[in-house]
Amino acid sequence: MRSLSEIETTSKRASKAAGFSWGIAEEVGKSIRLLELFGLTGIKSLNEYYKSRSNKKFENLNLINENNNSDKFPFCPITLGISFLDQVRNLEKFNKITFNKISYPLLILPFLSRSSEIIGKKIYFKFDQYEFLLNLNVNISSNLFNQDFPISTNIAEINILENKDNFSDQEWDSLYKLSEETFVKETDSLKQGAAGAGLTDND
Amino acid sequence: MKIELRDPNTIMKLSRLGSFHQSRLSFLRSFLDEFKDWEYKKDLFDLDDCGYGTAIYSFKKKDRVYSLVCFANKINDKERSDRVIATKWDAAFTLYDGVPSKKDVERLRNEVPRQEVGRLSYKELTLSRANKSVRVFNHVVESLSKGNQPDLELLKKVGYLYRTTAVYGSGKFGLADRFRIKNREEINGPFRLEMMLVYLVRQFTFDQVNHVAKFKNPKTAVSLDLEICKKLGIGNSTGLGMAPFIVNHPTLLNNWIMSREIALKKIREIKKVNTNDAELFKKSVKNSIKNITNWNTESEYQLKKITSLLDNVKTFLSFLDKEFSFDNDYPFNQIYLWLEKETCDECIEYIVSIMMEPFDDIIKPLVSKMSSEEDQYFNIPTNRTIEDLRNIIEKRYPDILKINFDKKENNQNFWFISKNKEEPRYADRFEEDGSELEQPLAIARDIKKLYDQLIVSKNSLTIDKFLIENSNLRHVVRRAFIIEKFPYAEIQDNTIGKKVVPIDMLRLKLSFFGALKFDPRSDKWLRICMFQGAPLSHELKNYDQQWVYNS
Repeated sequence: MRSLSEIETTSKRASKAAGFSWGIAEEVGKSIRLLELFGLTGIKSLNEYYKSRSNKKFENLNLINENNNSDKFPFCPITLGISFLDQVRNLEKFNKITFNKISYPLLILPFLSRSSEIIGKKIYFKFDQYEFLLNLNVNISSNLFNQDFPISTNIAEINILENKDNFSDQEWDSLYKLSEETFVKETDSLKQGAAGAGLTDND
Repeated sequence: MKIELRDPNTIMKLSRLGSFHQSRLSFLRSFLDEFKDWEYKKDLFDLDDCGYGTAIYSFKKKDRVYSLVCFANKINDKERSDRVIATKWDAAFTLYDGVPSKKDVERLRNEVPRQEVGRLSYKELTLSRANKSVRVFNHVVESLSKGNQPDLELLKKVGYLYRTTAVYGSGKFGLADRFRIKNREEINGPFRLEMMLVYLVRQFTFDQVNHVAKFKNPKTAVSLDLEICKKLGIGNSTGLGMAPFIVNHPTLLNNWIMSREIALKKIREIKKVNTNDAELFKKSVKNSIKNITNWNTESEYQLKKITSLLDNVKTFLSFLDKEFSFDNDYPFNQIYLWLEKETCDECIEYIVSIMMEPFDDIIKPLVSKMSSEEDQYFNIPTNRTIEDLRNIIEKRYPDILKINFDKKENNQNFWFISKNKEEPRYADRFEEDGSELEQPLAIARDIKKLYDQLIVSKNSLTIDKFLIENSNLRHVVRRAFIIEKFPYAEIQDNTIGKKVVPIDMLRLKLSFFGALKFDPRSDKWLRICMFQGAPLSHELKNYDQQWVYNS
């Protein structure tokens, strides 16, 4: 078994050899480490993507807008991921960000995951019938585990989700009521003596 | 009185960092402190008459066990090399997390002696190998087998029976990643398990030499005297592999240096020093003289430094005896100011280290602050502006901005990774091929490049926009924002210049390990000694904290 340290170092060096700058290569190293830590096929996808770069062309998306279309070639997932990471604070204003073609979409997941942590909001990523929830870089939820990851996508969309509860007020109230059963009802004596404050706060 | 922390632009110069010495903050000393009340055991000692075979040593506390698994092998003299190109060693070691089963030991027997080409697992924490100092080992075996103790002069000159040629950890070759163990209470300082490995290897070398002597002549053999054992450490041959580490781990480097600087500041701020503490300091300085006079090297570079150090320390002792009183207010501040005025860098840092000896209450809390959660600082704050970044660089890199990298001598060398050993190397870019594959370790040059680009960019431009056109500078943009928060994270020198002495970088790291007797064998590698004078395993529960000076 390879350690995560080996995975990061080798991915970084391979990315430099594939033509990226050292700074980008460092980002890729961290990202592949993250994918493998989350049980996703980072090394496999990166390897295939770098091999495909020798005979295919990819579009570099350096500035992300609300709708991002590439007429000719699919977007490079590394450049797209880095741009998203760098620009995420400006992208929060969009309800939905769309891309028409992304190559090896798995490779953008760690960048979205890290972006989610930076802005403190969950990020939802969807392409074809596959869905992913990036949860403040704590984990990646998906309906695509234990399957081969698609090597490209036509339409993909990203939503930055507003922070809100996953439950109704009614559900909360019900659970809270149950939790109250751990509280002790205060008698007059307890009210006087069990807290730390003085008898008057007008001093 | 409030003392300022020392200026990073002075302290982080390579010549100063290359003058650092071990101290109470050093990792081998904090390792001993942490593990002194653990149960030490020799679990297996299965060597043949010649000393080849398997041994296991362990430290245990409650449910936690760390086991050193040792494999001693026969090698030919021609195969013995300290260089990283070697493929066989007299002994190979791994520190196993727990108690290894027979199956584990069999697996490790196939992998550990192969070192870099073997595969370890997440159950192994560190990996190392060592070669005998053949001259000393054979002499000790010969003497003991005849019933005599060895020649102390020879032992003093070398200082060890074995020297390690590498100690690996943190995920190398399949070893456990640091994140798996970092939250353990006993791992509250850097390189703690590497230090444990070296300490247990030291014990193995004593047991092995006794074993071989006994089988050589069972009727007359005696064991190596424990007081002599104590005076022996473990040698280490260290090459350039260590140098990039301190560049690649800026927040960790900061935390090491910052702890040292905070310790010094707090000691200088003590208004009244009690007699016991003053005496302990003076005694440590006096006793340390023999560490200088026993410091053997053929390196002219180091000899000059040792001569100057010895002269300066003697002058300092004379000053302490004749001109100085610890009854003065802020005595250590006065001492420090005197040192700055009267002595060389080597002496200043030597005495600064010894100043820490009496002050456990200051030092112990700092030890646990010497690790770093590096990933927390990895993301670039891309919402900041060019103006912010330029200000950081002007504040943090004042001397580096003055370097003219168009001059050949300032751009002379390059760092690269060798294909055959995957180890860092350093070469002249104008004489050797390969500079197009340079590693991103020329921080000073790249910071200057970044600065040149920043001064022609719009102040209000945000970093995310700047990076679109300047992806080649991304690694130093990240770095500058790290340095903003961590003032001692950067070497304030040009690491590719003609005049660079790479062993200064090794010396810095090794001083924090707790190494003694730096012996440069060239400008790119050196030998050192670790744990020389340290308590033996049976003495750990109650040992002299100043053993470095008193043994």
